[in-house]
Amino acid sequence: MAITLTPPQRVRRPADRRHRGAGRWIVLALVGAAALAMLVPFAFMLLNAFKSPADYSTNGPLSWPSEFYTTGLRTYWEQVDFPVKLWNSVLISGSVAVLAVVVSLLSAYALGVGRVRGRLWIIGLFLLANMLPQEALIYPLYHFAKEAGLYNTRLAVIIIFTVIQAAFGTYLLASVLGTFPRTLLEAAALDGAGRWRILWRVVLPNVRPTISVLLVFFFIWTWNEFLIPLVMLIDNQTQTVPVALASLQGDRLMDAPTTNAGALISLLPAILFFLIFQRTLSRGITAGADK
Amino acid sequence: MASPDTVVAAPATSTPPSAPASAGRRRRSRSDTGYWLYLLPGALLFLLVIGGPLVYTGYLSLTKWSGVGDPTFIGLDNYRNLLTDDVFWTSFQNTVAMIIAMVVLPTLIGLVLAAVLFDTIGRRFRPRTAAALRAAFYLPQVLPVVVAGIVWGWILRPGGALNGLFDAVGLGSLAHDWLGDPNTALPAVMAVMIWVQLGYPVVVFMAALERVNPELYEAAEIDGAGWFRRFRAITLPQIRPETFVVGLTCTIAAMKVFGPIFALTRGGPENATNVPSYFAYFTFFKRLQVGYGSAISMVLTLIIVVVAVLFIRAQNRAERRDGVL
Repeated sequence: MAITLTPPQRVRRPADRRHRGAGRWIVLALVGAAALAMLVPFAFMLLNAFKSPADYSTNGPLSWPSEFYTTGLRTYWEQVDFPVKLWNSVLISGSVAVLAVVVSLLSAYALGVGRVRGRLWIIGLFLLANMLPQEALIYPLYHFAKEAGLYNTRLAVIIIFTVIQAAFGTYLLASVLGTFPRTLLEAAALDGAGRWRILWRVVLPNVRPTISVLLVFFFIWTWNEFLIPLVMLIDNQTQTVPVALASLQGDRLMDAPTTNAGALISLLPAILFFLIFQRTLSRGITAGADK
Repeated sequence: MASPDTVVAAPATSTPPSAPASAGRRRRSRSDTGYWLYLLPGALLFLLVIGGPLVYTGYLSLTKWSGVGDPTFIGLDNYRNLLTDDVFWTSFQNTVAMIIAMVVLPTLIGLVLAAVLFDTIGRRFRPRTAAALRAAFYLPQVLPVVVAGIVWGWILRPGGALNGLFDAVGLGSLAHDWLGDPNTALPAVMAVMIWVQLGYPVVVFMAALERVNPELYEAAEIDGAGWFRRFRAITLPQIRPETFVVGLTCTIAAMKVFGPIFALTRGGPENATNVPSYFAYFTFFKRLQVGYGSAISMVLTLIIVVVAVLFIRAQNRAERRDGVL
């Protein structure tokens, strides 16, 4: 698109540009206020996670806690057996991330490097699979899992999300591998490397950045998934962190401070991943946006 | 699932022009079949977890079934009943509200915020200031939506933080059961979804702006173009590919939204915040009407596919138009 601009009415000195006017301070104040507003719910949660129920009912949600009360946190931790939930979430998300990346890489190798026939249709199919509402799959999955004795097992959830995440991974990796330098592949083939060897020794090292982004995405996406774990995992031994929190909602034991304590505990791992993976993520968001 | 073999993609046999002829022959002499093996695990899993269940849901939508015993085939009755079901229509109307709250408003606000953060704050203050502000907007995207739903559910309830805030500033008369009143429940849910969603466009658009040539802005500024003019003439056209991606992914997410509705309102009160995915879940697992739930899911699937195809076509057309210019 052409950029048409009116002729200069007044030439400003570029040297002044960086530190010009009070306008920039007003803009900063406005955007800063908006950013603070985004954080208010987190502040509410923190404030009330450390209050005793009695304190909450007399002083309301806005007061400063009258004492540093951690019983709410401990109650939630013990009531839902939080370490088990944490382990379930780590096990499911971790397995899915690794398995889905392996499946994506294998499929994308066939589609992007192997250029098998009908690949555009296959990639389209995978892309479509990623868009499907999970409601269109959930009842048969629930039914089959019951028949196969996989209902209420973490394995069932791992298999399902491996496929759902791999659908996206295949789509992304296939387009990355579609532009893989042919000369590299041919050089390796001339050296006598077979396809299996080429995949692990030539292709994999070259797409490692994309793979690491996919690993992080798959882990976090699976961690935050809700519908399928809600339907598939029904007891204390198998549930994930978000499902545990949601299934206690409305429980008589869940007064406001305990609810906030539970939410705080449940969101800490997510914040931790965010801090650890921040760099990979911002790189990945750009990679995703390029398609 | 249609067999992919019926469609021939040209690149399978052609060699890239840059490759030497001998290498091309060598590659062609090896058959394609070897690569199919690599597709096998993905394809089998796909059929097991996505293809098979989708077809089965399609079949179930033509039956009456409680989940026990055998489904009874009833043809298109479920779909006919949907047409006269008020809850069904309400749920799809609410999808429009979700698209406004999760796509339209976050994209518009996100465009302005990203441009301001990048252009004004990133360049007139230190880039770290912009990065810190960006993190604040992105934070809600990090937490599990159910956690967000539960915290907001508490903030908005009668004794919750929002009403406490109104009391504290002397506006106690505004106190209200925001999620419990059919008139305010949907706007309240929409507000929460804007909060959840906003960080995504902000981060994507800011990343997109990094690849725009800064000289464009400098030239425009020297030419005396004001902020809004630069926004319209440079920012918007330059980051259009990202706007499409954000629009498509958020629209699909809005049409599928489930977790926040489950945590905030369970579709209530009086279906004021019901959405197709929650309606389907409720029909499957609470009302045990598997056939009817399948029909709802199939309609939702169809609409999502149509919207996605329209989006991608619009994008392709826009790209072609730009190519000609």
